[in-house]
Amino acid sequence: MMNLQEHGQARRKFINQLMLVLCGTAAAIAILVLVLILGYTLFKGISYINLNILIQAAKPMGQAGGGMRNEIFGTLILVLLGCVFALPIGVLAGIYLAEFANPRVAATIRFTADILSGVPSIVVGVFVYAIMVMPMHSFSALSGGVALAVIMVPVVARTAEESLRLVPDSMREAALALGITRWRAVVGVVMPGAMTGIITGIMLGVARIAGETAPLLFTALGSSFGVQGLLKPIGSLSLIIYKDALSPYPTDQQHAWAGAFLLVLLVLGISILVRWVSNRKHN
Amino acid sequence: MEDKTNITIQNTAGEENPNRTCLEHPEDTKGILEVNNLSAWYGKTLAIKNISMSIRAKTITAIIGPSGCGKSTFIRCLNRMHEVAHGGHAEGCIMLDGRDIYARDADPVVIRRRIGMVFQKPAPFPMMSVFDNVAAGLKLTQFWSRHWELEEVVERSLRQAALWDEVKDKLHQSGASLSGGQQQRLCIARAIAVQPEIILLDEPCSALDPASTLKIEDLMRSLVTEYSIVIVTHNMQQAARVSDMAGFFLADQDRSGILIEYGKTSQLFTNPKDKRTEDYITGRFG
Amino acid sequence: MTRRNGEKTVSPVRPNTRLPARHSGYSDKIFSNLTLFFTIVMVLILAALVFILTKDAMPAINKFGFAFITNRMWNPVTDIFGALPAIYGTLVTSLIGLLIAVPISIGAAIYLVELAPNWLKGPASFIIEMLAAIPSVIIGLWGLYVMVPVVRNNIEKWLGGHLDALPLFQGPPFGVGFLSAGLLLAIMIIPIITAVTRDAMKAVPNEQREAMFALGATRWETINKAVLPYCRTGMIGAVILGLGRAFGETMAVTMVIGNGYKLTASLFSPGATIASTIASQFGEATTGVYTGSLIELALILFGLTLIVNVIARTLVWRMTSLKAAKK
Repeated sequence: MMNLQEHGQARRKFINQLMLVLCGTAAAIAILVLVLILGYTLFKGISYINLNILIQAAKPMGQAGGGMRNEIFGTLILVLLGCVFALPIGVLAGIYLAEFANPRVAATIRFTADILSGVPSIVVGVFVYAIMVMPMHSFSALSGGVALAVIMVPVVARTAEESLRLVPDSMREAALALGITRWRAVVGVVMPGAMTGIITGIMLGVARIAGETAPLLFTALGSSFGVQGLLKPIGSLSLIIYKDALSPYPTDQQHAWAGAFLLVLLVLGISILVRWVSNRKHN
Repeated sequence: MEDKTNITIQNTAGEENPNRTCLEHPEDTKGILEVNNLSAWYGKTLAIKNISMSIRAKTITAIIGPSGCGKSTFIRCLNRMHEVAHGGHAEGCIMLDGRDIYARDADPVVIRRRIGMVFQKPAPFPMMSVFDNVAAGLKLTQFWSRHWELEEVVERSLRQAALWDEVKDKLHQSGASLSGGQQQRLCIARAIAVQPEIILLDEPCSALDPASTLKIEDLMRSLVTEYSIVIVTHNMQQAARVSDMAGFFLADQDRSGILIEYGKTSQLFTNPKDKRTEDYITGRFG
Repeated sequence: MTRRNGEKTVSPVRPNTRLPARHSGYSDKIFSNLTLFFTIVMVLILAALVFILTKDAMPAINKFGFAFITNRMWNPVTDIFGALPAIYGTLVTSLIGLLIAVPISIGAAIYLVELAPNWLKGPASFIIEMLAAIPSVIIGLWGLYVMVPVVRNNIEKWLGGHLDALPLFQGPPFGVGFLSAGLLLAIMIIPIITAVTRDAMKAVPNEQREAMFALGATRWETINKAVLPYCRTGMIGAVILGLGRAFGETMAVTMVIGNGYKLTASLFSPGATIASTIASQFGEATTGVYTGSLIELALILFGLTLIVNVIARTLVWRMTSLKAAKK
């Protein structure tokens, strides 16, 4: 029979082991979930991938065959539009926050950017619907791009600001001591010094908006007619996955898996690449 | 009488004009800095007080003294870098080429081109090559420049900085790939590429090994044929080896830095006028 | 300037032409004003969002007033709209998500920071972060075709068979409904709660742990007594951040919540959240009051996530400023 002290020790050891196992299990669950979802999507999706998917346009509901060519283009165009609108605003705002703003003003603006990045993407979609789709009386690729841009701006601004802040002041001083103007110092010396970080932020923003569906639901809308121009509706991979997933036809559902395969490769590919590059830089 | 701490400036008529704090000096004054009653603050804290001295052309002037007595603040006022830091401002007048660099209409950017600076920690631009580093001052002020012009300037600057032979095959490698001593000489080459009249060096060797330090001291002696040099150093032996003139700074009662003595190096080190200078030179403190 | 050894002489130094005192201040001003302009644009986007949503929700606000939040009916035919079931659905699904995600996230964070072997810490954290990168619509696709059958045939059957004394688990097992939506939300918010909790725990200085170890504490006792109390603020912030994310999730939830619109205790029942209602009905809104009601829903959702995110960021900010003060 153990004495009281030994009993206490054993109990402590037992609890310690128990918690270790529980925490390890929790981590394992979290990892397992990812493996499950990702693995299933990749395996199921690849079985429906063929060359058609990439080069053909979609067929009407329920018919076999048909591809996602237009939706792939749509995603690329929408992401490009998003970047065109978001990059100037985000990068220049980041420069202002890092180089020119006084600390109190900067804190307030940073706070605003954080709020903006916390707005649910469907609310962003409703907003852009109200300011663009309603007055234009038409859904359009342009409004989809604007919606994606609204989501991307705070991400780019914050990472740009943080990257610029990482550039040591000694570099700014050395640049100014050469007798160049402040703006030339920022654009010619400080920004190139922060470029890796800024590009990382942009790529992360791209990965995020490439997968977005909700903001496109009532702006880009999706289109059965392919890419018709910036002022007409346009499809995207995310939209077609949503539409096909809810369709009763098995061929459409298979389509959805194929699309999911492509989209997850795109989004995860960018995310992994970005993290790999930034890890390498830090080591 | 040797230089005193205060210099009276006279105009060509030989009279003092009591109505002006800073008078124009009509003769050719290239490479000369006349510092008059310079004081500088960080926010509300007074850092240096009423400094006056005359930096002569084509000489090496050493600024010595224990740490914390305003040497760096002083030298950073000479090219108006002091005000770049938050809350830094200065009062007084510094005459370059007969014009006050602290005048209302003076442009700090132009001043910094004529008075270059090299900092304590070598700061080459890491994302630029050696070539681009040296050319940076030119590339960032002109909208275009023919490449061969840049090549000429880069080679000349690197030769003047005694670095050309070591990097001529590595011109396109990153500026940060050089050793510490080479990086500092790269910063010197970068500074002289824009052809300043005066070069300020803020403890340029304190982060370097002795061999690199000696190389830079040799370099200074060869550069002084073209440029006036002001060097802040906490290394007395270096000041004695290298400089022609020396100014000794000390912290006053109110913790602000003041200039105790200024004169020929040889005289300051062998026969200082002020007891405090003598105490510092002989190592009683600092 | 001659060189030694008879090397090539470099061209002589050009005489230093005295540069005129041009005022370079203008270009600097233009540039800083340009950056300020785009910063203001960014701030204006948020302001415009609030303004436009409020303005366009007016038809519904004027018609229903406060009753919009308490009314249960959503009837496009009679143009009468009440948000209560949607708000209820948002709260219920988010709560389920939190209840499941929080223990897993905190446990995983503890493991990743304190217990895992060093070689495992990086890759494991990376994998969990990757979960956050999967688009919502793909999680919804997986949820609908892989998870929902399991929920219907196994989980709900078991719960309905054994625990049907509770109104939570009564009713036919549809598979799609509050429970499935809550499960998907749990999956989606695990990464952020884990990441922020990890940061909070890493901020605890090592001296605290070492002091406990020196007293002979076990690993768990160290964590429980020295680390966790220290990062309580950060952990609460993490959970609230997760809640904010759960409120706003749209696609995955819309795909598995079954598109009902009712106020019921049964977790098996199809239902709706604010986000799913907007997503599934916006295309069909015809009248001003219909659209206005959906926009008012968006406004309510914005307000909910705003409050939650502000609270969370204040807590997390306090944690990071404590960390900075420590340094």
